[in-house]
Order: sequence, then C-alpha cells, then structure tokens
Amino acid sequence: MSTAHSHAPVHDDEHNPHLAHHFDTMGQQNASAKLGMWLFLATEILMFSGLFLAYFVLRMFYPEMVLEAHEYLSKTAGGINTAVLLTSSYTMALGVRSIQLGDVKKLRLYLVLTILCGCIFMVVKYFEYSAKFEHGMLPGKFYSAHLHGYEIEGLPHIFFGVYFMMTGLHGIHVAIGLAIMLWMFVRAGRGEFDKTNYVAIENTGLYWHLVDLIWIFLFPLLYLVK
Amino acid sequence: MTTQPAVHSDHHAEEPSYLVSKRGIMSWLVTVDHKRLGIMYMVAVLFFFLFAGVLAVALRTELFTPNQDLMSAQTYNQVFTLHGAIMTFLFIIPSVPAALGNFLLPLMLGAKDVAFPRLNLLSFYVYCVASIFFIGTLINGGLDTGWTFYTPYSTSTGTAVIWATTGAFIAGFSSILTGLNFVVTVHKMRAPGMNWNRMPLFVWAIYSTAIIQVLATPVLAITLLLIIIERSLGIGIFDPAMGGDPVLFQHFFWFYSHPAVYIMILPGFGIISELITVHSRKHIFGYKAIALSSVAIAIISFLVWGHHLFVSGQSELAGVLFSFLTFAVGVPTAIKVFSWVATLYKGSIQYNTPMWYAMIFLWTFTVGGLTGLPLSTLAIDVHLHDTYFVVAHFHYVMVGGTVIAFIGGIHHWWPKMTGKLYNETAGKIGAFLVFVGFNVTFMTQFFLGHQGMPRRYYAYLPEYQSLHQVSTIGTYILALGLFWTMFYLLASLFGKSKATGNPWGGVSLEWQTQSPPIEHNFHDTPHVHGSPYDFPEIDKSAGAHAH
Repeated sequence: MSTAHSHAPVHDDEHNPHLAHHFDTMGQQNASAKLGMWLFLATEILMFSGLFLAYFVLRMFYPEMVLEAHEYLSKTAGGINTAVLLTSSYTMALGVRSIQLGDVKKLRLYLVLTILCGCIFMVVKYFEYSAKFEHGMLPGKFYSAHLHGYEIEGLPHIFFGVYFMMTGLHGIHVAIGLAIMLWMFVRAGRGEFDKTNYVAIENTGLYWHLVDLIWIFLFPLLYLVK
Repeated sequence: MTTQPAVHSDHHAEEPSYLVSKRGIMSWLVTVDHKRLGIMYMVAVLFFFLFAGVLAVALRTELFTPNQDLMSAQTYNQVFTLHGAIMTFLFIIPSVPAALGNFLLPLMLGAKDVAFPRLNLLSFYVYCVASIFFIGTLINGGLDTGWTFYTPYSTSTGTAVIWATTGAFIAGFSSILTGLNFVVTVHKMRAPGMNWNRMPLFVWAIYSTAIIQVLATPVLAITLLLIIIERSLGIGIFDPAMGGDPVLFQHFFWFYSHPAVYIMILPGFGIISELITVHSRKHIFGYKAIALSSVAIAIISFLVWGHHLFVSGQSELAGVLFSFLTFAVGVPTAIKVFSWVATLYKGSIQYNTPMWYAMIFLWTFTVGGLTGLPLSTLAIDVHLHDTYFVVAHFHYVMVGGTVIAFIGGIHHWWPKMTGKLYNETAGKIGAFLVFVGFNVTFMTQFFLGHQGMPRRYYAYLPEYQSLHQVSTIGTYILALGLFWTMFYLLASLFGKSKATGNPWGGVSLEWQTQSPPIEHNFHDTPHVHGSPYDFPEIDKSAGAHAH
C-alpha cells in the first residue's frame, strides 16, 4: 500500500458552510447521514420486533382470550388514528419534496400540518387510554376489569400488558417525532435548510414514516383480530 | 512496486500530535477527535476491567477451601453477578471496538475522523451514564441474579435489578451508536483507492462486529425494558401465573447475548490478523477467507441462540437444529485459525511482545473453540450444562481470546497511541505470567466441571478442593501478570524511549503517519494503491503473493 501527496480537488462544496471538516463533499456527508438513519431505523424495527414476537406467542397460547379481549378496543378510534397517521405521512413527504425544490415556506406549512396530525393522534390515544383506565383494563397486576363488570375469559391481564407496551412505546415514538418536527420547524425558520442541504428533513421524514409503518402493523394485530 | 517508506518529510515534523494539539481538561471532555475518545474509552474500560478483576480474585479466594471463609452465600452471589455483568457490559463489549476501534478505524481507512464525531462523543457519555447505574446497583443492595437476569428470579428477588438492567439498557445504546457510526464510517469514509479488498482485516472485523451491534442490541434493549416494566408494573409477560412464559425471556435474552459473544470475539480476531502478519512480515494467508469468515460468523451468530436452552424445555427438533448450527460456527472460525498458522509459514517471525500474545491467542483460543464442540453436542451438554466446564470454556474464549488479543493489540499500537516504547523484556515477562496464570486457572476448571462441580456455588464438596486450590493459585499468577503489565506500560509513558512513526514496519495506513498522529491524522489525504499486507522482501523469498 502506498501513500502519496495529493492536492484535494477543489469543489464548490468547500465553500458550503454546512460541510463538516471531516467530509470531502456534501454528497459524502448527506449519504453518510442517510445511511446512518437507515441503520437507526433497522434498530427500531428490531426493538419493536421483540414486542411483536411477544404478541404472537401470547396469541398462540391464548387465541380465544385475545379474540375476546380485543373486542374492548375501539375500532373507531384506531381507525381514525390510522387515517390521521397516513395523512401525516403524506404531508411529511410533501414537506420533503418542498425543500428539495427550495421552498422553505411550504416546508414549514407541511411541517405544521404533520405536527397537527400527530397531535390529533395523541389526543385520540389519550381518550382511548382514559377509557381503558376507567374500565380497569390495565396491564398485569393492575387489571381490575372484573370489578367493573367486564368478564373476560382466561388471562386478559397479559393481553392488556402487551397492548399497553406496544401502543405505549409507539406513542413515545410519536411524541419524540413531534418534538423533532418542531425543532425542524424552528431550524427551517432560521433559514438553515435549502435545496442543497435538506438531509435533516429527509431523515425526519424517514423516521416519521417508520412510526407510521409500525402503527400500520399494530392496528390490525391489536384491533382487528379475527 | 506497491510499497514506499513513510512519505511525510521533515517539514511536517513540527506539527503537534493529537495529545497536545489542544490543552486543558475541557479540550478532552468535549473532544470529538476519535483518537482522544479512543483513549478515554481505553481508560474507562480498563478501570472496569481492574474493578471486576478484583472481584474475580475475591471469588477465587473464597473458593480456596470448601467452606465459607471470606463471604456469605448471598455476598458470593452478588460478587459473581457483578463480576459477570461489569466484565460483559462495561469491559469486554466496548473494549476492542470502542477503545482500539475508535482510535484505529479512521486511521486505517485514511479518514480524518469517524462519520459522526459528535455522536461518538455522545456514545462515550451514554456509556458513562450506564456505568453510573451499575455503581448505583452496588449502592442500592447489589444484584444476585447472575449477569443473565433470568426470570422468574430476576422479577422476584429483592436486589437492585432495575438499576442493573437500566445500566445494561443504556450501555446497549452506547454500543448501538458506536456500531452505527462504524458501519457508516467504513461505507463512506474510505480514502481514495481503499476498496473493500484493500481494507485491513482489523477493519473487516470491526465492521462485522458493528453490524451485530446494530442488529442484536435493540432486542436486548426491549428485553431489559420488559424486565423493568415487569418488575415495576407486573405486566406478566414472563410470569406463568399471569399467563406469561419465562422461557420466552431466555429466547429474547440469548437472541442478543449469543451474537454478543461474537461482538466480543470478532474484534479480537481482527487484532490477531494484524499482529501475525506484521510481526511475521509476510502477506496474510487467505485475505478474503478471513475477511468473509468474519461476516459469515456474524450471520450464523444470529441462528444459534437456542444452544443456551438445551435443558430449558425447548422442542427436541429445535435442539437438534441449534446443535447443528452451532457446529457450523466452527467452520469459519477454523478457517481463520488455519489462515493465521499458514501466514506464519516461512515468515520472518519476530518474537516480540505483541507476537507472544498472538501465539498465546492461537493456543488458548483454539482450546476455547474446541471445548465449545462438546457443549454444542446435545447429549453431552445435558451432563456439562451449568458446570465449571462451561465456565472454563467461555473464559478460554473471552479471556484467552478477546482479552489476550486486546492486550496484544494494546502492545502493538502502544507506540502509535502514546508515541512511547515499552520495555520489551518486561513485556515478555508479563506475557509469560499471563499465559501460565491463565491456563493454570482455567484448564483446571475443565476437569472440575467434568467431575460435576456446578457453577455459581460458594461452597463445595471436599473432593474438589485440590483442583480449586490450583485454580485459585493460577488466578494469583494471572493477576500478578496483569498488574505487572499495567505497571511497565504506565512507566513507559514517563520513559525516554520515543517511538518512530512505524516501529514494526507495518504497511497499513495507521503506520504511514507520525506517532502519535496529528489531530487530523494525515497531512494529506492518502491514496491507496495496494494491499495493506505487502511485505515484498519476505513474500518474494517465500514465493507467495509476489508482485
């Protein structure tokens, strides 16, 4: 292996204030950021996969109980939330498209719309959770639905344990997503993004789509069991 | 002609090294320089190595006689648990990747830094937070579950399980961030001309490790989170009384923790590849085979977790399949060992301290690897399960493999990291003591285990006493060797013996810059034209891989 002196080729990129010192080009920097994000998404999927596996084991052990217990989840609320999240993914994608074309104003508009959808999701979730709390349909040792007149055969404690773990972890991800989008909204207002520098927006979008995607699996598995 | 001497001419010599380019404690605490972070990780992991090592000496001392001498049964449980948990989560997993890997990866690739330097700094502090939680475990009543946190005991014991699992959970994030950083660095930060077939094998090993870190650790995260929730909210996923399944925990845990064993050993393989080729001054035998066998091990590692559950009541078919897949790991591993031995053939072998450690590794790791085969054989494992045979086996792989490679690597790159040379004679004395102490300690435990001595007991039947005493004496020799090594390495920092840029005559890029390197690693971006293992003078005479 040999090394030789070289004079780094002069790029226009070298004058780009967004270029970090250890990268040679904006292309390299953006590709790194995106690859890093995809890897991060892989870790997220694997983390949720543990819960999906727990769900499938539970369903295999107690098919009748899961069938009966899931009737107490509100299909309307879940359906509204599915529609809301899908819409938010669409507005997020439009936001990414806007900044690719250099339109910061539109980006901010779409970020606001996406945040709005995320908030609607959380509000609906809040009402769903309140109802469950009221009826004593709580995880594990806190389960007391039978005291409120709901008789579910078998061991529904564990169904609600898995329900709260899965939707709870997903809800935390939605909340984190909202915080990130708010931050992106502020940064966009400061003029930090333009046609050449939008990888942070793109990564936010990727994260948000993943949050959406996980819900797309949670909804049928928990609410629409047959 | 593919090799040139170090190209950096004298007019660069006055540029300060990364150690002194910025001064003051703050310049270290908020540094994003991968070399400084590597050093900080090195100090941190060696501190925990010392801490958990002292616990090991205490354990062996308790076992000197069959009865209770030093500690009660409960204390013994806590000490072996902390020994295992700290060694695993705070020492061995971050040891090679986070310390040596951080320092070397960008240098070997010809890059200025890792892809995400600030994330690198964050992952160091995440590691520090995790270690605080482990210290919190100590203060809040200790931990007596064993490092594996098996349910239902871990959800019912009164000790500080939540502290420890939170610590391991957080340490996992540090591991994920480091792995993610390294994968992106290898993909995107290679110098011009550095294609995949020209990467040093250490880089291949770190890359394979990083992939496992990224793909396996999230499963540990959710497992530990479930334990925390189970203990605090009693959701019952692992509790049969509420409809859960404790064996599910074992599946979850080993789905991470078996690949984690390869997170621990693969970087060691990478170090040995470097040590053997540089110190025998010969092109590595089977470059592609070694590189791809790391990837193969990474893939197979995800399919063997069930061999920890042979006696946990999994189906016979699953047991047979897992047994077969476990044997399959032996193939890529043997490819490596044979390739290293073949590299030595007709090489110009220099018996210096790093090479001594490489030789020790070949012996101890081979013993460790081969004793894995009886354990993966279903019928024999029923007899050996949870005995000292298992303890000896994994210590031969983890200590005889990873730790020996780590110490060898520290010696090999010590001149590069510190700019100083250690005393060679002292190094050999240390290596000898470590080798003898290690084998006396753990070889005996194979016999103990085979005779039926169960692991995790603080007292035992009198007929095991003589072997236990031999093992304990071995521990003292090993500890002496390690303290001796620490002493002369630290002494060399204050010594006068300065290292040149390339004291061993290595060809990979980290040797083509000064020792210690400047802050941005290279004065000019290096351009790579050939293999990192071209030693033309020997290769020609050996008739191998001549250019």
